Amino acid sequence: MTATASAAAVHVAGDVGTARSRRRLPAWLGLTPFALYVLLFLAIPTVLAIATGFVDGEGAFTLENLAALGDPVILGTFLDSFWVSAVTAVAGAVLGALVCYALLGLRPDGAVRSVVDSAASVLAQFGGVMLAFAFIATIGLQGVVTVLLADVFGINLFADGVWLYQVPGLLLPYLYFQVPLMVITFMPSLEGLKPQWAEATATLGGNRFVFWTRIAMPILAPSFLGSVLLLFANAFSSYATAAALISQGSQIVPLQIRGALISETVLGRENLAGALALGMVLVMVVLMTAYSLLQSRTERWQR
Amino acid sequence: MSAGTSVAPSPLARWVILGVVGLLFAVPIVSMLGFTLRGGADGALTIERWTAILDPENARAYRNLFQGVGNSLLLAVVTVAIVLAVLVPTMLLVAIRYPRLRRVVEFVCIVPITIPAIVLVVGLAPVYSVVTRLAGSSVWTLAFAYGVTVLPYAYRAIQSNLSAVDVVTLSEAARSLGAPWVSVLFRVLLPNLRRGILAAAFITVAVVLGEFTIASLLNRVNLQTALVQVSRSDPYTAVIFSLLALAFAFTLLLVIGRITAARPRRTP
Repeated sequence: MTATASAAAVHVAGDVGTARSRRRLPAWLGLTPFALYVLLFLAIPTVLAIATGFVDGEGAFTLENLAALGDPVILGTFLDSFWVSAVTAVAGAVLGALVCYALLGLRPDGAVRSVVDSAASVLAQFGGVMLAFAFIATIGLQGVVTVLLADVFGINLFADGVWLYQVPGLLLPYLYFQVPLMVITFMPSLEGLKPQWAEATATLGGNRFVFWTRIAMPILAPSFLGSVLLLFANAFSSYATAAALISQGSQIVPLQIRGALISETVLGRENLAGALALGMVLVMVVLMTAYSLLQSRTERWQR
Repeated sequence: MSAGTSVAPSPLARWVILGVVGLLFAVPIVSMLGFTLRGGADGALTIERWTAILDPENARAYRNLFQGVGNSLLLAVVTVAIVLAVLVPTMLLVAIRYPRLRRVVEFVCIVPITIPAIVLVVGLAPVYSVVTRLAGSSVWTLAFAYGVTVLPYAYRAIQSNLSAVDVVTLSEAARSLGAPWVSVLFRVLLPNLRRGILAAAFITVAVVLGEFTIASLLNRVNLQTALVQVSRSDPYTAVIFSLLALAFAFTLLLVIGRITAARPRRTP
């Protein structure tokens, strides 16, 4: 007791001493590098990206670009983006949840979990362009699987046209990073299921089926829905895979931003990229807000 | 962990699911390998395309690609330096002196998840026209933008370590024994956060090596943009380099997993 007290006294005395002897810089100054950095490379770019949507070619304020968001062509690309994201989010979530279920009960630091976790991180966060190449090598015109199917089974993958370089071609590559992302995000919730709940169900006469449908699924529902939203947002904002696969045209919103940035004028409008960016940010904010709401519901059961 | 068995699937169900999904996910990777080994019309396999990469005769053809690899490695190093220099002191200062700001810093660090890189790049274009005027157009300046995109991952890695260490008590103890702040930082706090910092650095390297969007739209050369360029004329080389990069990232993340899983066992 006395030792801590005297230590504290020394501490205070030392602080006062240095403050007197030379003018000490206030501690909050230490926060400025981070604040400046985030301001320069996160806040300003974000504001600029959105603000350019409200400016015309001469730099005057305009709502003209925003009106472009109502253009049938633009609406069409947003719809295409939505359905690619929705299909891959739902399919990816179901498949990913199955994998998580299969991983339950394995040692978290065991070899299988280590390999699955690392592979999932690589494919979810690192793939991008390389996933596009993987699918060109697999089901491209000269892809290994395409050739195999044609030679051995006489099946022509592209009998109805080459869909790999169109919007439907995005589905498989996107699933290839959606499933791993689901494994990463959903695994903690599934691991949060307490064995005691299963034991309690068993004591009360319920079997495994009753446990999963009546107990586990209602508890996991918010977390599962949240993960679906996260996957949707992930597919919606992903650019690299689509850009490497589809070199021409603007089939989905990120590709349309590319078109607007490169050629400056799409549909005869300048600064369309800003308006598109605003549209994307709005969608993302709605998605992430809903996600964090669902997440806080989930945490109730994770104590 | 035998307690988990009542929730866990039967071994048969587990291995069927993992086997089927694993097989499906192996198809593109195996296809990539098969694609690069494909020989002539007779269907024989050959490793010619792999050896050709190291052949000095082709050095000119792959110059752009090797420059991309070099640029990406440089960017990875600079980004790690920026993230560590900016983020770690801030998180420590907040943990020790301004615990109320923790939520704010956390929010700021998570924001980049909500802002797609393709949106960020629209606003980064004007910012970089200023950066180019001040610091030249060399490729390393991209690291500033990359630092922002890796903030969420780096923050999470460091925070999970930070919340397991009582930095306030540690720093007070060190200060009360007369240590100046510099030694508190370098001899007390940082050694305790080694694991989180290492994990943050590795995930940063992995994300930077895979980055395409920002480099491509700001017209800089990195590994990914060079891959896309090469793939137009020589898809085989692009696939070989993709395989190598994927394998490298996988190893990197496997090591992170081992670092973070290996909790110091100081139990009795």
